[in-house]
Amino acid sequence: MADQSVIPTTVHPSKFAQNPLQRFLLATELDTRLIGMIVALAIIWIGFNVFSGGLFLTPRNLWNLSVQTASVAVMVTGMVLVIVTRNVDLSVGSILGLVGMVMGVMQTDILPAQLGLGLGHPLIWALSLLAGLAVGVGIGALQGSIIAYLRVPAFIVTLGGYLVWRGAAWWVTMGRTVAPMDPTFQLIGGGPAGAIGALWSWVVCVIACAAIVVGLYLGRRQRLRFNFPLRPVWAEATLAILGCGIAIGAVWVVNAYPWPRRIAENYAHANGIDIPDGGLFISHGIAMPVLIALGVGVVMTFIATRTRFGRYVFAMGGNPEAAELAGINTRWVTVKIFMLMGGLCAIAAAISSARLNAATNALGTLDELYVIAAAVIGGASLAGGVGTIAGAMLGALVMQSLQSGMVLMGVDSPLQSIVVGVVLVFAVWLDTLYRRNKH
Amino acid sequence: MLDTRTPLVAMDDISISFGGIRAVDRASIDLYPGEVVGLLGHNGAGKSTLIKILSGAYKRDTGSIRINGQDATINNPRDAKAYGIETIYQQLAVADNVDAAANLFLGRELTTALGTLDDAAMESKAREVMGRLNPNFRRFKEPVRALSGGQRQSVAIARAILFDARILIMDEPTASLGPQETAQVGELIKQLKSDGIGIFLISHDIHDVFDLADRLVVMKNGQVVGSARTSDVTKDEVLGMIILGKVPAGAQAGPGAVLDQR
Repeated sequence: MADQSVIPTTVHPSKFAQNPLQRFLLATELDTRLIGMIVALAIIWIGFNVFSGGLFLTPRNLWNLSVQTASVAVMVTGMVLVIVTRNVDLSVGSILGLVGMVMGVMQTDILPAQLGLGLGHPLIWALSLLAGLAVGVGIGALQGSIIAYLRVPAFIVTLGGYLVWRGAAWWVTMGRTVAPMDPTFQLIGGGPAGAIGALWSWVVCVIACAAIVVGLYLGRRQRLRFNFPLRPVWAEATLAILGCGIAIGAVWVVNAYPWPRRIAENYAHANGIDIPDGGLFISHGIAMPVLIALGVGVVMTFIATRTRFGRYVFAMGGNPEAAELAGINTRWVTVKIFMLMGGLCAIAAAISSARLNAATNALGTLDELYVIAAAVIGGASLAGGVGTIAGAMLGALVMQSLQSGMVLMGVDSPLQSIVVGVVLVFAVWLDTLYRRNKH
Repeated sequence: MLDTRTPLVAMDDISISFGGIRAVDRASIDLYPGEVVGLLGHNGAGKSTLIKILSGAYKRDTGSIRINGQDATINNPRDAKAYGIETIYQQLAVADNVDAAANLFLGRELTTALGTLDDAAMESKAREVMGRLNPNFRRFKEPVRALSGGQRQSVAIARAILFDARILIMDEPTASLGPQETAQVGELIKQLKSDGIGIFLISHDIHDVFDLADRLVVMKNGQVVGSARTSDVTKDEVLGMIILGKVPAGAQAGPGAVLDQR
C-alpha cells in the first residue's frame, strides 16, 4: 500500500468508496464487527419473537432480559482484560459464590447481631458491599500474585481457585442458605423498588444523549486541530441520531413496563394515592443492576482506552516481551488485572444475591463459562491483544438473549446447553473467518 | 564535557550460563562517549547475550558493570533505562496491536493533568520525531502490524532516541531494511554520534560495521577474541578473527584468541 502516502491526509477515505453501503461504513467509521453482532442480536430477538408468538419483544421480557444480563455483563468487562493479556480466569463463578456468602453473612449476622447495629441499619448495605469488595479484590490479588510472581499458568491457578472458593463458600455457613437480605441491599438486584422510575430514566437518557453529542463534537475538534481527515457531516449526524435513538428507545421500553398491579395498589394505599379507573401505571424505568452494569461498562472502557494501565494491558497482550523490554512492570500489571477482576466479581455477587434475595452455595455456578463465552463472542481473542469492553457486554446480551428466548419457548434445559455450546463455537468460527478476510 | 578517559560503559569480566552452557565467558568490553563500537561474531557467539545483560534483559552470573566509572546495578530493563541505556532489538520489539505513537511512548506515556493518556500530545510528538527520521511515514493511526519492516524499524529507533539516550544499543538494526532505509539508519548513527551518544552496534554484516564503527570487538564461543580500531585492520583480517579466532597485528588479543605460530 505504498500509494497510500500520496493521498493528502485531509481527505476522508470514504470519498473513494465504491458502493453506498461501503461509503456508509467508511464514513461513519463504525466497527463492522460490532455491526455484525448487532445484526445477529436483532435476528435472535426477532426470531424468538416470531417463534414465541410475540412474547419476546415485550417491555416486560426486555426489562427482565436487561436485569438477567447485568451480573455477567459486569464480570465480562474484567474478563476482557484478562483474556487480552493471554490469561483466563476460571474462578469468577466461585469467587462470586464466596463473596455472595460473605456479604450475606455480613448483613444477616455479623453487622446486625455481633456488632450490634440492628437489622435495617442504613450502613449495613454499604459495609457489606465494602467487605465483599475487599474479599473479591483480595482473592484477585492472591491469584494474580501466584500467576505473575510464581509463574504458575493462569489456567491452573484459577482452576484451583474454582475449587477452593466454591469450597470456601460452603464453609462460611456450612452450606446453609442465607436470607433475607437487607432491604436497602436488595435494591441492587432490581425489582419494582430497585428501578429508578420513569423520570430518572429520562434524566439518564438525556445525559447519555448529551454525552454522545459532546463526544462527537470534541472528537471532530481534535481531528481539526491535528489535521486528520474528518468524517462527513452527514455521517456525524447519522451517528448522533443512531446513538441517541438507541438510548431513547431503550428508556422508552423500560418505562413501558409497569409495576405489577398488586404492588402498585399497595404502594398507592401506603402513600394515599387514588387508583384511577384503568389501574395505576407506575413505570419500572432502568433497573439498578442495569444502571450499575452500564456504569461499570463506561468506567472500564475509560480504564481500557484512556489510562496507562489499559495501554499496558493491550501492549502486553500484543507482545509480552516487547512490553517487558519497554520497561513495563508486567507482573504488577497482571496482579492489578486480577484484582480488578475480583472486584468486579464482588459487584456481580451483590447483584446476583440481591436479586435472589439470598446467598446460596450454588450462586454463580457455571458463570465462569458464560463470562468467558460472552467475552469471546464479543470479539476478545484468546491469542491475546484484541478485545473491547462494549463488544464483550454485547456478547453477554447475546448469550442471555439465547437463554431467555429458549426459556420463553419452553425448550428443555439440556437442549438449552447444547444450543449455547454450538452457538459459541459457531460464533468464534465466524470471527476467525472475518479476521482472516480482513488481513 | 566528560573526561574522555572515563568510559561511558565498562563491562568487566562478564559471564552468564544457561543450563551448563557458557553463553558469555569472562567478556570485557567498553564504550566511550561519541564512539561507535561494532560487536561482531557468528550467530551464537554471545554478542546479543552480552548486550542483553547491559540492557537488563538478562542478569549476569559474575562480573561488574560501571557507567561513567560508577558501579551500576542493572536487574531489569527499567534499571537500564534509568541509566540512559536504550536498546533497539533485533526482533523488532514492538507491540503489534497498538499504533506507532503508543509504541513510541510505551512504558513512559505522556499524561494529562488528570492522569489520563494524552494521546494528542503523544501523537504530535511522534509526528515530530518520525518526521525527522522517516519523512514518508504517515500511518500514525494504524496498528504497527500493518506497517512494513522498515517502518516498524523506524518506530523502534524513534523510541530509543525520543528519550535522550546516552548509551544506545542497536542489535542488527538494519537486518530487515532495504538499501535506502539502511542508508538512513547510517546517517542517523552519525548524527547521534556527533551528539556524544555512545553506540554499541551489533551485526554480522561486516560492511555495515566498517562503515559506521570507530572500533570493533569480535566474539567467538562466548569469549572476546580481540578488539581493534577500524582503521588498523582490514576486512579480511576481521573475517579471520570472526571465523578462526586469529588476532592480527593491528588488534589487541582477548581471552578467546587462538595463539598460533605466526
